[in-house]
Amino acid sequence: MGSALATTPLVALAGNPNTGKTTLFNRLTGSDQRVGNYPGVTVDRHQGHLELDGQGSVRLMDVPGSYSLSARSPEEHLAIQAICGLPPLEPPDLVVVVVDATQLTRNLYLVLQILETRTPVVIALNMVDMLADAGEEIDARALSEQLGVPVVRLSARKGEGIGELRKAMGEVLSHPRRGTPGPRWMPEDPILVSDLEAIEEELPDDWNTGGEDRRRALALWALLSIDPGDELHEVPQGLRDVVGRRRRLAKAAGRDPDLEVIRARYAWIEERLVAFKHTTRTGRASRSERVDSVLLHPVFGFLCFLLIMGVLFQTLFTWSTPLIDVVDSGITALGRLVRGALPEGILRDFLTQGLISGVGSVLVFLPQILLLFLILGVMEDSGYMSRVAFLMDRVMKLLGLHGRAFVPMLSGLACAIPAVMATRTMESRRDRLLTMMVVPLMTCSARLPVYTLIIGALFPVAANAGLIDVQGGLLVGMYLFGTLVALISAAVLSRTLIKGPRIPLILELPPYRMPQLGTVLRMMWQKGKVFMSEAGTVILACTVVLWVLLDFPHLDAETQASYAARATVIEARALDPQQERSLLAELRNERWADQRRSSWAGQIGHAMEPAIAPLGFDWKIGVGLLGSFAAREVFVATMGVVYGTGADDDEQSISSLRAKMTSDLREDGRHVYTPLVGLSLLVFFALACQCLSTVAVVKRETASWRWPIFLLVYMNILAWIASFMVYQGGKLLGFE
Amino acid sequence: MTSLRNLDPGTRARLVQVGGERGFRRRLMELGLLPGTDVRVVRRVDVGGLLELEVRGCHVSLRQSEAQELLVEPLP
Repeated sequence: MGSALATTPLVALAGNPNTGKTTLFNRLTGSDQRVGNYPGVTVDRHQGHLELDGQGSVRLMDVPGSYSLSARSPEEHLAIQAICGLPPLEPPDLVVVVVDATQLTRNLYLVLQILETRTPVVIALNMVDMLADAGEEIDARALSEQLGVPVVRLSARKGEGIGELRKAMGEVLSHPRRGTPGPRWMPEDPILVSDLEAIEEELPDDWNTGGEDRRRALALWALLSIDPGDELHEVPQGLRDVVGRRRRLAKAAGRDPDLEVIRARYAWIEERLVAFKHTTRTGRASRSERVDSVLLHPVFGFLCFLLIMGVLFQTLFTWSTPLIDVVDSGITALGRLVRGALPEGILRDFLTQGLISGVGSVLVFLPQILLLFLILGVMEDSGYMSRVAFLMDRVMKLLGLHGRAFVPMLSGLACAIPAVMATRTMESRRDRLLTMMVVPLMTCSARLPVYTLIIGALFPVAANAGLIDVQGGLLVGMYLFGTLVALISAAVLSRTLIKGPRIPLILELPPYRMPQLGTVLRMMWQKGKVFMSEAGTVILACTVVLWVLLDFPHLDAETQASYAARATVIEARALDPQQERSLLAELRNERWADQRRSSWAGQIGHAMEPAIAPLGFDWKIGVGLLGSFAAREVFVATMGVVYGTGADDDEQSISSLRAKMTSDLREDGRHVYTPLVGLSLLVFFALACQCLSTVAVVKRETASWRWPIFLLVYMNILAWIASFMVYQGGKLLGFE
Repeated sequence: MTSLRNLDPGTRARLVQVGGERGFRRRLMELGLLPGTDVRVVRRVDVGGLLELEVRGCHVSLRQSEAQELLVEPLP
């Protein structure tokens, strides 16, 4: 096996979901671990190192939690790939199977399948401390004798039994025979055996690394997993054909191989249960069941859910503000420091306007990401996340979404980036994809300053329609509009482009457990790191590119000289310092506006005009839209620069920007910004996909270019059409 | 014999037949819902259209519409 290679031994850590596998992984590896992706799929792959006595360094690889090795999707396929070392994965030297002692029978089903592959195994019998609560007792020694592999009793939460597990791992790595299964279930029925023999003939050569038993296990896997509706792209056609043929023959003869095999495995387990499992008392409704009688109650359950979602929303929206402010002011201070320390020139501009503000626009997302994953971690680790899926299943199913999609959708109201990252809590790729395609339509907090600017400039408070003031009403309307379009898009996409087979729901409701602070914080930290390294680089690059577009080419020497001359004139007038400062600032802003007009971005804005004129937008809005590709709120600063009121976002600059926008006239003397143009612009911002950081995160989460490009294209077309309808329809109705 | 869907909360029953689409059925059986297994209906939430079962000490939820395909013999 792999140990013949001159590499450190590889240990795979497998188990059912909710068995404390992650906690055990953290206990074993400590901080020495990293997260990547399994090849070809976006499933977290945790890898770490640990030192074992007599073994030296050992690699530990986390296998995604699963109830069985059989598979329909590429994600489920990982379990058998990781355990048997099917290409492209490396075969492990040892598999540690984490077993929830309180749910032994079902956990042993997976154990038995792993034993069938004849990989050396150590069983980590976890949660033994909770066993008495469940009214059970397990004789670990008897279990070990029955299965022929070492069994270690432990509590990953309390950290008990970890030393013994390390010892058992070291022993089996030195003497693989000690972990090689003895008795296990073997197919005996002659017809089934002949099916399996036929399938074995077609197994790909590079799958067979381990003799006859391995071949038999893989044939069983193929017989149970492969069918015309699966998505297993790595299964060769020959294997697919023979399984199809054998299954058709079985069906014609009235046989049911799925039932035969699964029933025989369970029968094998149950025969041995008497030897090691002792039930001490029964019939008591568990604590979780009593908690669920409130949390899954048709009335109180939904009320509690709304309350928890309210806290989540508050945290992301309001309570993250102080943290964001700290980041903001830190970045501003750094920029000021650098500006003071360096001479005027390209380097200084690049550092302050390109690099530092780029780093700032990356860091500014971090508070919301960390807080969201803190809360998600608590929900997941406590077992509540499954209840969310339970409560929301019916509503979300109508929209074609998974019950768990509710949390990412809600998080989208704060920011689409963490929301897209949070789609990983759903197992199926289709569910994740659909959620990712609609989350960016939810009104994120970056749209808020843009809405405020436009609404404030174009719909004066005086336009008070009785009780409801127009500005507030319009803002609420924009939130509802975004949500509604997101829900409609989900319903449409799930029935057209992202159509999948109707997946029946099988939802395990694991017992409630106290969330582990260490586990939650570690996940939060890892998500933050992933964001910084992958989305962060894209955001940074975009900001720098936009800075180049907005800042170059510089004004020609003649114009620059004339601005310098005007500055000298002001200084020579010997005014009082305050007046002089304000005149100089005015001149600087004018120069900036001039610069932006002739910059590449300004030229692109002019070139865009024919495309955006039917929506009622002029080239200045075009430049603003271009700026908002780094982040939407940049629109406000870009407009400030274009209109020469400065890039600051203090109250005074914003209100003078509003005033300038309101009084801006077209060449024919009409106002540029009418309420109709404002409405068109609002609709455009609600629907357009401008946030390139979101696109970058979708690229990462789908591991393809196809979906992020689709997102960019469909949302922007949707935005253009909607704005066109608003503007042209409004004009037809006689508005301006 | 009746469908699992028709059972009241608190009822115990023995599975007779597990039906449905292949992947669904295989996953149910792998979770231990095999013909001959005893189940208990823990809860029905008609608003959400779901059913919660206890089987072999685990709690599993199904949609009522999909539980239609599981046939059971109620136990006293």
